[in-house]
Amino acid sequence: MQVPAPFEYERATSVDHAIGLLERLGGSARLVAGGHSLLPMMKLRLANFEYLIDINDLRDELGYLDVRTDEIRIGALTRHRELLESDELAAAFPIFRDAEKVIADPVVRNWGTLGGSLCQADPSEDLSAVCTTLDGRCVIRGQSGERVVPMTEFHRGPYETAVGDDEILIEIRFPVRPRGGSAFEKVERRAGDWAVVSAGAAVWLLDDGRIADARVGLAAVGPNTTALPEISAALTGREPSEELYDEAGRLAAQGCRPESDMRGSEEYKRHLAGELTKRALRRSVERARERG
Amino acid sequence: MQVSMTVNGEEVTREIEGRLLLVHFLRDVLGLTGTHWGCDTSNCGTCVVWLDGRPVKSCTVLAAMAGGHEVRTVEGLAQNGELDPVQRGFMECHGLQCGFCTPGMMMTARALLNENPDPSPDEIREAISGQICRCTGYATIVRSVRWAAAYEADQRADADQPAEPAATTGGAP
Repeated sequence: MQVPAPFEYERATSVDHAIGLLERLGGSARLVAGGHSLLPMMKLRLANFEYLIDINDLRDELGYLDVRTDEIRIGALTRHRELLESDELAAAFPIFRDAEKVIADPVVRNWGTLGGSLCQADPSEDLSAVCTTLDGRCVIRGQSGERVVPMTEFHRGPYETAVGDDEILIEIRFPVRPRGGSAFEKVERRAGDWAVVSAGAAVWLLDDGRIADARVGLAAVGPNTTALPEISAALTGREPSEELYDEAGRLAAQGCRPESDMRGSEEYKRHLAGELTKRALRRSVERARERG
Repeated sequence: MQVSMTVNGEEVTREIEGRLLLVHFLRDVLGLTGTHWGCDTSNCGTCVVWLDGRPVKSCTVLAAMAGGHEVRTVEGLAQNGELDPVQRGFMECHGLQCGFCTPGMMMTARALLNENPDPSPDEIREAISGQICRCTGYATIVRSVRWAAAYEADQRADADQPAEPAATTGGAP
């Protein structure tokens, strides 16, 4: 039987209360939301804490999807299921629905959260790749106020984030730009598994059809989900074409840092990184064009 | 610590350890062994119960987290001594062999039908994709859920039929 080592359970009644508890308990405490990553790690004794602070009662403060014309703000306690089902979110960023369809399974998605996924900082985590692709900004709150950290600086290594011991991730913000399209591609060994490799792409077009900006985020091919700035640089200002997607795929295959493991060899993962990048870019451009 | 929750409509309060998982609370503390405990890693889904009406994997939820919430287990499916149509479907269509995955499958199936009364086979397969059955190959499970959907559609159709006014029986024009 797998059970976590003993800990004290606390339930936060507000974000401020949670921060107060974290201030007092420091690194011996950890926030728990869905718990679908944290509890398995605690069962395996890969993570041990003296206190768990349950934030599931903070839905009023942290469970929301705020869709504005120039920005989308998502509360950290928003559950996978809500991200999957939101038509507004899918209209602005179809990459979310693509990804949520293949993250874990419907029952897990009922309970797991966006903030928990990002704070787990698993190198194979799909939503982290989505947020990296979309240039998400993470709002972190502590006793002294809020700070905003871009996704590219949010993860500090496997299972490590920019969130301090006495801080809480409260929101992720995504800039909405005109003529955009996005998509997510994943290869997994079986339904609901972690990615062998997954790739997100987002493209924004100029009025003349050339690429104003493009971003790619890869999961499971390095210590953290990777944004590959060299791909953005190579695509900006260019006319979308199969040759261009090939070029981006080559850059992805070269630029990522996969390791051979039970999910596949390094060579196979580089192949996937290239192929999935191409597919995601192709679909992103199609979607951007459909939106006109 | 003390935890209180509603389980199958009944208020329960118990003294527990913070680390106690919901599945063990249900089985070992309350004696509700209908909920099975399988892989322990949220992969197999035999431990699925409802938390506030939504299926969750109870091996990966702390009992303490369910405090103040409403839990429903397979023991709470039958109403007033009548098996739920999902349970009947599993009987009619051979939806189980060894029965280990069955409680979780039925809880997910019931939740699916509550939201989508006429799911396609693909929708059923998607709904149970986080649950593992090693006996049936899933075909009979899908058939069982379809049976329940059809049965409930019939029930609804019957309920919609206006009752025949007594005065017209036998003498209708």
